[in-house]
Amino acid sequence: MKIVASAFVSGLLFAIGLGLAGMTDPAKVIGFLDFFGTWDPSLAFVMVGGILSYAVAFRLITRRHAPVFGTQFSLPTRKDLTPQLIIGSALFGIGWGIAGLCPGPGLASLATGSASVLAFVVAMLGGMALYKYFLEKRLA
Amino acid sequence: MVIDINSFLMALLGGIIIGTASAGLLLFVGRIAGISGITAGLVKPAKGEVPWRAAFVGGLVAGGIGLVVFYPQAFPAVISRGPLLTAIAGLFVGVGTQMGSGCTSGHGVCGISRLSGRSIVATLTFIASGAAAVVVMRFVGLT
Repeated sequence: MKIVASAFVSGLLFAIGLGLAGMTDPAKVIGFLDFFGTWDPSLAFVMVGGILSYAVAFRLITRRHAPVFGTQFSLPTRKDLTPQLIIGSALFGIGWGIAGLCPGPGLASLATGSASVLAFVVAMLGGMALYKYFLEKRLA
Repeated sequence: MVIDINSFLMALLGGIIIGTASAGLLLFVGRIAGISGITAGLVKPAKGEVPWRAAFVGGLVAGGIGLVVFYPQAFPAVISRGPLLTAIAGLFVGVGTQMGSGCTSGHGVCGISRLSGRSIVATLTFIASGAAAVVVMRFVGLT
């Protein structure tokens, strides 16, 4: 229960951060990616703020042996640069650049009731299912 | 280039809140706040993995409702791409984040903070391909 409540609060705070930062404004996101047009660099500061705060917190938190409400930390261990990593990231970027939405802002924007956002999220979940159930085994 | 100090400061503030939310998930639950990975774990559920993931995604949606009520300027415009192109974009995001093991949150914030080589490569790749997509969209007249 405490784990569920913590995860909920984290998701809530994350959405507020996305909204205040401007990440839920597709036009602004596309402006950030528009290096060859009227580039709006402001969203780079979302990464600056996020990385600075998380980098410090990560080092402090992982000194602990376990999270407050769990038995162990679950952290990525892979270091290999694979074709999947690069091709997958490239595909993700194409979708991000077309819609101006990545997964977090897409989910947070469901609250607007926009049909476009709903189409984005449903297709995203479909894409995840397509990979998880069909492509993953074949590409391994 | 657009320079607007206020939007720089809001971006920085929002980024710090995102970093803090991610740190909270690590401190209390022990997980990396990678939104695509957390969500995909609901699409193909594993035993014991559903409740915290559903709660996090529920929090994201609830936070969106809070923004609509208290800070509606977070959503200044609906996407103008049309439903078909938007759905295609969603499909790319879904497949791409799973094949590439992450998105803007897991790679771009958490991974770079951990100095993960994979995340640095992934982030540079999706920013580059996103920029290319914006150029192509303009070229074909879909800005």
